Amino acid sequence: MSIDTETAARVAKLARIKVEPADLPALASEFNTILGFIEQLNEVDVEGVEPMTGVTPMRLKRREDVVTDGNQQKAVLANAPDAREGFFAVPKVVE
Amino acid sequence: MLDLTYEAPKPKVIQGAKHDWELVIGLEVHAQVASRAKLFSGASTQFGAEPNSNVAFVDAGMPGMLPVINEGCVALAVKTGLGLKAKINLVSAFDRKNYFYPDLPQGYQISQLYHPIVGEGEVLVDMAPGIARLVRIERIHLEQDAGKSIHDMDPNMSFVDLNRTGVALMEIVSRPDIRGPEEAAAYVGKLRQIMRYLGTCDGNMQNGNLRADVNVSVCRPGDYEKYQETQDFSHLGTRCEIKNMNSMRFIQQAIEVEARRQIAILEDGGTVVQETRLYDPDKGETRSMRSKEEAHDYRYFPCPDLLPLEIEQDFVDGIAAGLPELPDEKKARFVLDYGMTEYDAGVLTADVENAVYFEEVARGRDGKLAANWVINELFGRLKKDEKTIGESPVSPQQLGGIIELIGKGDISGKIAKDLFEIVYVEGGDPAEIVESRGMRQVTDTGAIEAAVDQIIADNPAQVEKAKVNPKLAGWFVGQVMKATGGKANPAAVNQIVAAKLGL
Repeated sequence: MSIDTETAARVAKLARIKVEPADLPALASEFNTILGFIEQLNEVDVEGVEPMTGVTPMRLKRREDVVTDGNQQKAVLANAPDAREGFFAVPKVVE
Repeated sequence: MLDLTYEAPKPKVIQGAKHDWELVIGLEVHAQVASRAKLFSGASTQFGAEPNSNVAFVDAGMPGMLPVINEGCVALAVKTGLGLKAKINLVSAFDRKNYFYPDLPQGYQISQLYHPIVGEGEVLVDMAPGIARLVRIERIHLEQDAGKSIHDMDPNMSFVDLNRTGVALMEIVSRPDIRGPEEAAAYVGKLRQIMRYLGTCDGNMQNGNLRADVNVSVCRPGDYEKYQETQDFSHLGTRCEIKNMNSMRFIQQAIEVEARRQIAILEDGGTVVQETRLYDPDKGETRSMRSKEEAHDYRYFPCPDLLPLEIEQDFVDGIAAGLPELPDEKKARFVLDYGMTEYDAGVLTADVENAVYFEEVARGRDGKLAANWVINELFGRLKKDEKTIGESPVSPQQLGGIIELIGKGDISGKIAKDLFEIVYVEGGDPAEIVESRGMRQVTDTGAIEAAVDQIIADNPAQVEKAKVNPKLAGWFVGQVMKATGGKANPAAVNQIVAAKLGL
């Protein structure tokens, strides 16, 4: 698999990362290096091997269904560039 | 056996300009889990709170915050799966679905694409007594809801409330087994009914706690059967997905409108493009959501913040042991135990609250009579006042009391209706009201005979006519009932009138 500059531009756009057109070839080349490494890993036969999800034998931590958080409108909105009447205010987004 | 037998309904056929078409429909229903706290945070799920007050830092996507799963949500999803006779997956896992929108502060939704918690199940969708569609469920997965954007508070800004962000949803995905708009609405209705019985989702569509994405395609008669034989989708038409509908009526309208749009394209020699569309109820049309198309590249990957969700068979068995009687079983049992029609059983089991109310009325009493009274008198009266069963001024004990009085012959059916109205408006114990207001039925034949004699004596002309035309006996019965204020036992009156007139 090979990443061209067009694909690099698309990935950047989906991730909302601004990349100058001049930087795209270098970015595409970096992607290709990473994917090349992964292709190398793909050569290992893992047939029948359980995917490893962690290095310590842990069970997913759970909570009880109890309300323990919230009621902190001010803190939640503290970093918002704009907030009005308890809402985040953002540039208009309409379908 | 408790099972009611049924036949599959005929698929809806739409006549195009050139030939007939059939519909193929599959739904993705998003049901809000009826938990107290959110799926991955301890913030409340309560509807209608101050904006951004039910928000933990996890929900707001603050850096460094980690999700911790709510075991209650897991249990409710498992319960829903069991209620839909589905396979429960003891190992499931969470993935990130990446997209940008102001009401999704994390920049991704945690969902279960590859390993959902619930696998294949089925739902029987009743269309009419004896007619039902078996709809296969493909999967149910747990995921986070997004926040709410409000666009009409300011001309230049959208306002975002994160109270709903992170609330647990069950996405219930059906196979394309639904064959008409009415079936689609009935399917959503049946899921809602089952989840309300289970207590896993309140089903409130107005608040958005139950919404549906509908996949619609059209095909020529005979094509669907080929798909059924082979499970090969190439026999079916290209589908479009209509997003986010929260009313049964709109679901039906949108399917109808979308099917006709596709038929017009196909008959014109064009091709249907697979895309996401939005239904506009004001204009009665669906339109393309072009902006969604690019966002469809969600770049799913396993969520690195969460280990796989492993549950034990004991946990599942414990939930299975606590399952309530479900609508299909309850309906079949009502038909069997109380001798009522399937239609009446359907009405009484439509909502779990109705069923509970009815059974309290019927306990130890005449079940058929109880069914009649609950359906005809009580539901009719509540509907008139736009009240729910939970708001009924007449308790099951009071209605049961009225039915007992009828059963004992203390009051006639007609008086019972008056009594019901008194209990409904004023309250009180039915038996006491009958005593204190002298509503008891006159079964004393001596008193009835006296009344009949009086009427006969007063109306010699009518008596002569009745001898020729025995149907006129009814007139005498009516007069006697009137004279006794409706309290005479009608059966006794009939008998005595007939005897005295020599009929």
